[in-house]
Amino acid sequence: MAPPSAENCSSGIKASNISNLGSNFFFTELADQLQEDVSKPVTDVADKWKLLPHFLQLRGLMRQHIDSFDFFVNREIKDIVNAASNRELRSEADPKFWLRYTDVHVGEPSVDDDAYVSSRVTPFQCRLRDCTYSAPITVDVRYTRGRQIVVKRGVMIGRIPIMLRSCKCILAGRSEAELAEKKECPYDPGGYFIVKGVERVILMQEQLSKNRVIIEEDNKGNVSASITSSTHDRKGRSNIFVKNGTKVYLKNNLLGDDVPIVVVLKAMGMQSDQEIVCMVGDSPEMLDAFAPSLEEPYHLGICTQAQALRYIGAKIRNTTQNRGPGPSGMGFAFYRRASSPEEEAREVLASVILNHVPVINFDFRTKCIFVCHVIRRVLLTHRDRSQLDDKDYYGNKRLELAGQLLSLLFEDLFKRLNVQLKKQADQGLSKPNRTQSFDVIKCIRTDTITNGFIQAIATGNWKLQRFRMDRQGVTQVLTRLSYISCLGMMTRINSQFEKTRKVSGPRSLQPSQWGMICPADTPEGEACGLVKNLALLAHVTTDEESEPIRKLCFDLGIEDVTLLSGAEINASSNYLVFLNGLIVGCHSRPLRFVRLLRLLRRKGLVAEFVSVCLHEVQRAIYIATDGGRVCRPLLVCEKGVPRLTNMMMRQLSSGLLTLAELIRCGVVEYVDVNEENNCLIALAQTQLTVKHTHMEIDPLTVLGVVAGLIPYPHHNQSPRNTYQCAMGKQAMGTVALNQYERLDSLLYAMVYPQKPLVTTRTLDLVNFNELPGGQNAIVAVMSYSGYDIEDAVVLNKASLDRGFGRCLILRKHQTSLRKYANGAADNLRGPPEDTAAACSGMGGEPSAAQSNSAGAYSIRRDPRLRRFEALDKDGICQVGERLENGSVMINKESPISVADLNMGSGADPTPFKPTPLSYKGPAPSHVDQVLITSNEGGDLLVKGSADATAYGGTVTGRGVAARRNGA
Amino acid sequence: MAATRIEAYRVEADQLYESYRSLTLAEVKTVVEHLREKLRIHIVKMDVEEMVFDLIGADASFANALRRILLAEVPSMAIEIVHVFANSSILHDEVLAHRLGLIPILADPAHFEGMLPGPAAEANEHNTLVFELDAAFVLAKGETGRQKDSSNGINTCDASTLKAPTRNVYAKDLVWRPMGEQETRLAERVPQVAHPDILIAKLKPGQRIKVEGWCRKGVGKDHAKYSPVGTASYRLLPSIDFVEPVLGEEADRLVELCPMGVFDIEDLGKGGARGAGRKAVVARPRDCSMCRECVREGPGVDRVRLKRVADHFIFSIESVGTLAPDRVLKDAVRVLREKCTSLLEAIEAEGRGDGGGGKG
Ligand code: SF4
Repeated sequence: MAPPSAENCSSGIKASNISNLGSNFFFTELADQLQEDVSKPVTDVADKWKLLPHFLQLRGLMRQHIDSFDFFVNREIKDIVNAASNRELRSEADPKFWLRYTDVHVGEPSVDDDAYVSSRVTPFQCRLRDCTYSAPITVDVRYTRGRQIVVKRGVMIGRIPIMLRSCKCILAGRSEAELAEKKECPYDPGGYFIVKGVERVILMQEQLSKNRVIIEEDNKGNVSASITSSTHDRKGRSNIFVKNGTKVYLKNNLLGDDVPIVVVLKAMGMQSDQEIVCMVGDSPEMLDAFAPSLEEPYHLGICTQAQALRYIGAKIRNTTQNRGPGPSGMGFAFYRRASSPEEEAREVLASVILNHVPVINFDFRTKCIFVCHVIRRVLLTHRDRSQLDDKDYYGNKRLELAGQLLSLLFEDLFKRLNVQLKKQADQGLSKPNRTQSFDVIKCIRTDTITNGFIQAIATGNWKLQRFRMDRQGVTQVLTRLSYISCLGMMTRINSQFEKTRKVSGPRSLQPSQWGMICPADTPEGEACGLVKNLALLAHVTTDEESEPIRKLCFDLGIEDVTLLSGAEINASSNYLVFLNGLIVGCHSRPLRFVRLLRLLRRKGLVAEFVSVCLHEVQRAIYIATDGGRVCRPLLVCEKGVPRLTNMMMRQLSSGLLTLAELIRCGVVEYVDVNEENNCLIALAQTQLTVKHTHMEIDPLTVLGVVAGLIPYPHHNQSPRNTYQCAMGKQAMGTVALNQYERLDSLLYAMVYPQKPLVTTRTLDLVNFNELPGGQNAIVAVMSYSGYDIEDAVVLNKASLDRGFGRCLILRKHQTSLRKYANGAADNLRGPPEDTAAACSGMGGEPSAAQSNSAGAYSIRRDPRLRRFEALDKDGICQVGERLENGSVMINKESPISVADLNMGSGADPTPFKPTPLSYKGPAPSHVDQVLITSNEGGDLLVKGSADATAYGGTVTGRGVAARRNGA
Repeated sequence: MAATRIEAYRVEADQLYESYRSLTLAEVKTVVEHLREKLRIHIVKMDVEEMVFDLIGADASFANALRRILLAEVPSMAIEIVHVFANSSILHDEVLAHRLGLIPILADPAHFEGMLPGPAAEANEHNTLVFELDAAFVLAKGETGRQKDSSNGINTCDASTLKAPTRNVYAKDLVWRPMGEQETRLAERVPQVAHPDILIAKLKPGQRIKVEGWCRKGVGKDHAKYSPVGTASYRLLPSIDFVEPVLGEEADRLVELCPMGVFDIEDLGKGGARGAGRKAVVARPRDCSMCRECVREGPGVDRVRLKRVADHFIFSIESVGTLAPDRVLKDAVRVLREKCTSLLEAIEAEGRGDGGGGKG
């Protein structure tokens, strides 16, 4: 069988196919290539799609979530605790007191059974017990107790929910048999959390990239560079824009008014106009454009730095918010309190405006150069609007993953914990005569962090005071309608744009999304195009250390920008080098620099996800090491020949070689959206020419997981594929191998799911064959006119009788037996005695599963007691019993008064009122299983699930989702 | 072009039955006589499971009535009620019961009475057959079940996967338990499952199924498990003729075109018309699948005419194995006759005015 989508993409009409998508310049070049026809016979790498399983093995399906979480618990959490503002705690009450965090660890997942005992848990137990799958966070501290210095290891400060299959999860790296032992489905992708027994996913959030200059047109038609600066301490947005087409201004929320940009430069110490002009550019056109802005300060009477600072100081908005909660609020102040407007202005310029450009000891040089560069770009764009940046270009986007969101939350909670601790320390230390020396460790309240995490993940509300961030719907319950719905959810990308906005830009398919984002999988209606899905092989990077790269850049011949004059920086032979949006320096031989850096990366000497991109128009080299970039693997080609050989393929399949090694030796490399612009990527071996730098691994990787299930997608009208993506997730089938034990609140399980007869390669890759959804139907297509009906299927009754489309509906009913503050507790009570029928045979009448005769059931005669028939003596229904509408499943009773504390007197037992859990439903069903367990609070939990059989399409109301088309 | 195609599908000889309407009773009698004379059955193939016969001279409504009765109204025995004593297998009770119900039971429905639905009905030896199934997968002490053991249906698994072995429960594990005098009454044909190798369930070590299935007599319209046939279908006999002869090279092409090999070459000898020597003839019209390949393109387009004989049905009955196909056919005819009789009775009762019927 021909590979379904390969046919689509490898057809010779490549150019027309792609010009639909847009006009990335390498595509047009590709078209030129084809005309030149310099292709020479190349050795063909057979079946390069066979690399795909290795990729999935290496990175897993949901690797991006897990990677980002791993990064957080292994690296970022340590950085946060070791950050200067968090590391040390001191008290005003006693100057000798201090507490220093030396290290932090995340332990093994466990659950607190009560206040003293905690035991290890498996995720499966957490699901059943309504617990949170979390691990303790412990810190190593040094602190003073009285006069002693105490060193303590493993002090717990709270619990963090653990992502399934992450490095801290007990499931990581387990074999199928081990997973089965832990009752876990081996095909479950992981990457989600279990909070209070509910599986919740932190969706990927798409954002505009931080710390980058994006030049756009604002709503007045002015050219404006918007820079979103983001550091650990502060997030802010500044705009440098051409006001009314003449003068350049700076806009920031903190400044009440737009400030002329030259005033800002002067305030930052660039007093000489000549220097400014040199930096911005001294060509005649530049001068003309910049002159009005340059004159601006003189109209305002500003010549010196002090005057400029005074001017800016007067514009600063005097809000208390900006000052933070005062001296006691540790780490919440954005900048130190300043005494005079000048000093305040200097502080604001140093640490608030464009705060991602570091200013050390008020040395504004780098920031000045940065601002001048932005001015230059703004003015150039003002003249030539074609240089405007495209906001929707995917290279300008970053995906925020679970790890990043959790680290924001953790930092906030950790700071809050420290504030609490400090308050307690202040109180404890200020007591005049203490019998015992104050021990700060005993004051640590673990629930600040624990509850903070649980609250945020359970509700999806991310509220961070520091960044004034208040996001809703960050997490969602993992839909377990089918296995595919679960996978589809894990690859989903949420956009920050409001759904009501009727804009088409962010919604439409961008050519730069090729291979990164699935072109078919997006919902219909208001979220169309805003909610996306990752393509099969797309990967999202995590933060990488940028300092080594910076050093490497200097080793490769970059000249430090702070040592250069404006003329040198803007010289036409020089290329500016940016590292994560910051100017590092200049290089006069950009091509060589880029080639060397890539060479080092392919040799495995530089981290694999570092991207290098040469921008000829802006005469700049952009190096990115930051997290959240989307990238995808490509085969590296040299002189028109892929470095991958058939030999390597054979070694891979026999296990002599791993994919990681291939990446390390530069046969395969990850390329992000920006770097793609420097590549010429062949779609198939036959198209390879000497100019090609890369080759696609397989065209099917353009699609995502869900769209990959469609057979022959290239033969469909495109919206059909989109519809199928929405419907495929609703298909009934198998949820997981452990589906009958999971006790989901509602499970539709198909009795006879079938592997599809027409399969795709993606389908094998995602194990759909092991967890199929749906059945293969034999369909007769009838006349076009006459007795036909549109869009409907007439089912054969006999096939339904024989089990076609039959499904089981399992519904969970649960109740907990609570203990109350006054010592009273809920109770279970057996069914009431029926005196009339007590003697008539209670003999072991077997339970009947499929029965027309109710004769066997007439044990009890009193009709009022019929609803208690399913109960066992302990007041819980028996497995196999039939439940009718109103039948009691769990005969619970609760104390009437839970407030007063008269239990201890023992005078009379608290009266109880019945609070039974009854079955409600039009159709009778049977008890399938009963589970009695305890939740984290130690309350007894009774869960039962009842099942009812139904025919597909009639009871579920979901209809039949057909994998349309086919032959 | 389109017109010729429609022409090609017109069925032959339909005129006889179109004129029933205005006949007098005497005339109807002659028509029935005529039918009786014309009606023939010719058995083409017959074995324990399948029967193919030609029904010639009958009306389509008659053939269809027969087909529907075969599918839905010939009684047979199937498990209707399942008492579950123990079921720790992966299958839910409902699913297990459903699977048991679908197992064909080899028992003559004539030996049993039908049973009215509803709680009033009492199961007794005349209307119920009881099968027991007690299957457990017990590992002996110390046995892991992973060693090689091919007896009693235990599949040993690869030790490397560390998967526990499974034991298959087959239809042959269903054991008939005679009730009352059934043992002597049914001695010559002991009730059993028709196919012993139907997989019912798979058990892991420690799992057990102990159920009792009660068979009832029923018909396929209540549930497909009672249907004695897998399929019963008919098609009209194709009739292919030539508007003008296809000769020579073209004849060869026509023969090649037909995927079912309907055509043959007849050698006309050297002195044939136009000196072509060879001519295509219809050799096996029965095999034609009406795929239209011969009239779609090539030599046959305007020369071959595809038709069907309106009163010649090629009927096929595929039994599920409980009753022989000819027996099913006889039962079906009996049911049809009974229906006709009761319809007649109802009409006569209505004519007498006692209103007993009305249900015709
Ligand atoms: S319809 Fe098809 S099977 Fe029948 S004769 Fe023509 S080609 Fe052969």
